[in-house]
Amino acid sequence: MNAQSAMMGSKEQLREKWMKPEVITGSEILLRSLLLEGVECVFGYPGGAVLYIYDAMHGFDDFKHVLTRHEQGAIHAADGYARASGKVGVCIATSGPGATNLVTGIATAYMDSVPLVVITGNVATNFIGTDAFQEADITGITMPITKHSYLVRDVEDLPRIIHEAFHIASTGRKGPVLIDIPKDVSANKTMFKPVTEVNIRGYNPTVNPNRLQTDKLLKAIETAQRPLILAGGGVVYSGGHDELYRFVTTTGIPITTTLLGLGGFPSGHDLWTGMPGMHGTFASNKALQNTDLLINIGARFDDRVTMKLQGFAPHAKVVHIDIDPAEIGKNVPTDIPIVGDVKSVLEILNKDAKYAHVDAWRAQVMQWKEEQPLQYEDSDTELKPQWVIEMLHRTTEGQAIVTTDVGQHQMWAAQFYKFNQPRSFVTSGGLGTMGFGFPSAIGAQMAHPDRLVISINGDGGMQMCAQELAICAINNIPVKVVIINNQVLGMVRQWQEIIYKGRYSHIDLEGSPDFPKLAEAYGVKGLRATNKEEAEAAWQEALNTPGPVVVEFVVRKGENVYPMVQAGDTIDQMILGDSE
Amino acid sequence: MPTKHTIAVLVNDQPGVLQRVSGLFGRRGFNIESITVGQSEEAGLSRMVIVTEGDSGTLEQIEKQLYKLIDVIKVIDLSSKPMVARELALIKVKAEPNVRPEIMGVVETFRAAVVDIGTHSMMVQVVGDTDKIDAMIELMKPYGIKELSRTGVTAMIRGNAT
Repeated sequence: MNAQSAMMGSKEQLREKWMKPEVITGSEILLRSLLLEGVECVFGYPGGAVLYIYDAMHGFDDFKHVLTRHEQGAIHAADGYARASGKVGVCIATSGPGATNLVTGIATAYMDSVPLVVITGNVATNFIGTDAFQEADITGITMPITKHSYLVRDVEDLPRIIHEAFHIASTGRKGPVLIDIPKDVSANKTMFKPVTEVNIRGYNPTVNPNRLQTDKLLKAIETAQRPLILAGGGVVYSGGHDELYRFVTTTGIPITTTLLGLGGFPSGHDLWTGMPGMHGTFASNKALQNTDLLINIGARFDDRVTMKLQGFAPHAKVVHIDIDPAEIGKNVPTDIPIVGDVKSVLEILNKDAKYAHVDAWRAQVMQWKEEQPLQYEDSDTELKPQWVIEMLHRTTEGQAIVTTDVGQHQMWAAQFYKFNQPRSFVTSGGLGTMGFGFPSAIGAQMAHPDRLVISINGDGGMQMCAQELAICAINNIPVKVVIINNQVLGMVRQWQEIIYKGRYSHIDLEGSPDFPKLAEAYGVKGLRATNKEEAEAAWQEALNTPGPVVVEFVVRKGENVYPMVQAGDTIDQMILGDSE
Repeated sequence: MPTKHTIAVLVNDQPGVLQRVSGLFGRRGFNIESITVGQSEEAGLSRMVIVTEGDSGTLEQIEKQLYKLIDVIKVIDLSSKPMVARELALIKVKAEPNVRPEIMGVVETFRAAVVDIGTHSMMVQVVGDTDKIDAMIELMKPYGIKELSRTGVTAMIRGNAT
């Protein structure tokens, strides 16, 4: 299989085929409704409560179903698919343990505003509340981590609910929506009338900004001496990267992009200062602490960016552009609030944006960039993880889609792989979910079958979802899986070294498998490199091999991520390196 | 400075909607002093009245976070305008025949009502704003309160405004 294949007809053909009103089961309604929503692939795992749904899928080939090896793999894959494509990701799991295995993935998507429709089975309606076999109150369990959820009690409601769920997931501030379908609802029949309109009273996200507020921002730019843009995931999610580029180049205002904003602005640009925050660049953090006009575009002032709130951007008038009004003023008091879709707001701003005459400030930012670039001490005897990431960037010319797990390798990927396109960096920011990196790459590859997808993992996180190697093998999903193996929980080790005075507690990952052999056990090619020469050769072999490959890079154990700001410090209190 | 706020929340009358609202308060660390739910003027919609405490920033966050819930149709800060707020309490108080006239006197002063009399007790119903109920309870304490049930506040803006 090469991801979505030609077997699927055009959307119009499918609509023609499936729009006919007919008496069918809830399960068939679900499948047809998914098609009508434009779903091309779903990730799932069957079980008792969704057997009617899987029965309806028998011989059904108008969308692809990927059978993962764990529900967590399914939801992270759906998440990766959504982040890489901009479409809604879909996954299916059964009731009880199947549904609860999704919780981490739902929370991950919720924290990073990723549009997902999560379908779970439940016990039949007459068993709900009786502690029946494999029953769990999944709508109750996931209420704090979904944008909205439905427990379907009547098959008649199913077409409307599915349509509403896709609408809610993909509009306004995006997020996961859960649909819990009891077994009898999936079995019951009704006349299927596809729903094409949506009318949810009280749900009406503000897309276009208040013009008075955007004018205020333009005026503020005229008088600012040291303006700075902080751009986040909202740029990528709204598809506003071109508008952002125009805004930055027209105004000449320096820009820092958050972890989820990486790729929203080309990293090679002079005005780009790198990532801000705990492991942000010297230039970004110094600029944040000295700016007098901070223009936040689609970022949510996460504490990994602001660090100590008292003392964050102390001289700045704060502008916050966000589709979610609740983000504005939540963490940082805001002087000019602008509620709206980032792309729409930037389109309006670009009409009247003018060059900011702040040459001295730009020169100062450039000087900070030059003074303290991201750096590390290379070695000829040991592999350095930063060098490995740089090699990945060099050999792929920055064109790959990169997914990461969570930890030191994630920060090095963010620092040393330079992203120039939106949706080319897939990473768990808000929740920091280990186990996310590899399955999300499977989803990203399904969304972009023809692009190179690299999944960068640590030896810890790789062992949280390694079983999904099976689906790469059997479906020939050509993800290049990189494992940065330092034999330790690296970020935890770094904290224990710096904050807990070197009292290393339970961080050695002894007993890890031989990763190339593990790959081979699943039928995936496995390679290992312990020095630069081997690394170059193994990576070239991986790139030249069609299909999935696992490459393990054995790197120096004690390497730390710098710069680093400790919790409780302001962001300009940076530890720049080991030599300090 | 933390002050009391009374807000009305118009919500879809869906199963779980109270859990969504109260869960939001719980996990975001907002205070719930009282919460009442019942039918509204429109079929399919319920009105919740929530009394909470916090500074103006917290109140703003409460309103904004409530609006993020799909089932929330409207949030109204009642206490920002002249409003009528009422709660009801039933107080079962020890009342031997010799003290009953005394209790009746308090009840009359407060325009409350005696709604049940037992051999050793009386049940008093009082309606009013929170301060009045508090005062009534204080006065009943010396007689010995056997049981107490308060409804929490329900409220509306005065005049023609909605």
